[in-house]
Amino acid sequence: MTDLVLDLLLAALILSGAGFALIAAIGIWRLPDSLMRMHASSKAGTLGGSLLLFAVALGIGGLDVVARSLAGVGFLLFTTPIASHLIARATYLLGVPRWEGQVRDDLEGRYDLSARVCRPPQRSAASAPPIPETADGSPAG
Amino acid sequence: MNGLVSVALWLAWAMISAGFAIGLARLVKGPSLPDRIVALDMLALTAIAAACLMVLGTGHAAYLDFAMVMSLISFLSTVAFARYVEWVALRRARQAEPPPLEQADD
Repeated sequence: MTDLVLDLLLAALILSGAGFALIAAIGIWRLPDSLMRMHASSKAGTLGGSLLLFAVALGIGGLDVVARSLAGVGFLLFTTPIASHLIARATYLLGVPRWEGQVRDDLEGRYDLSARVCRPPQRSAASAPPIPETADGSPAG
Repeated sequence: MNGLVSVALWLAWAMISAGFAIGLARLVKGPSLPDRIVALDMLALTAIAAACLMVLGTGHAAYLDFAMVMSLISFLSTVAFARYVEWVALRRARQAEPPPLEQADD
């Protein structure tokens, strides 16, 4: 009975892990621009790899295998956001054409490419909360 | 390994292989440099998944070391590629007439 439950859990982990890896690949093929492809690869791919590493920890057992798989999961969870953030930043800076359905770009004009800094957003009159004014009409602060 | 898990392993191998083929197609097709880097990153993750399936299929835990090393190397290579793309972007920003984006990776 316990064996059956373990096998069912193991098969579910294996199938869902491989399924998420396949979903990542489909997303990379189907999504319309680089940033969305990065999104598909980083999220679904990390989840698929982590699930398969969990499957290894459950299916093989033993302290060394479990420790290495859990370390692998932790490593994936730590590094993939950093790597995908760097790819996204590089993609944005390169100016790759984005999907035409994108309606706003909050980073528009904020990157100083030669200094490699991102300036804080310019408050526009439409979106910013009203600035409290002092008695002589000049902005406070 | 009994029947249930081995059937799941076969199905998983089929899915991973299909994913690898699709990732390779995106790597070849591009069209821009970040697309190829993303495809390479995804292929490395697929290789990690394949190593996990090898561990489960054969019982040899040595493939797990391959998975760990693969994740390390893919992280480092992705960071290096991203820095390279930023350098390309910086160079293109300084050029008066930058070449078309498809040729930005010379």
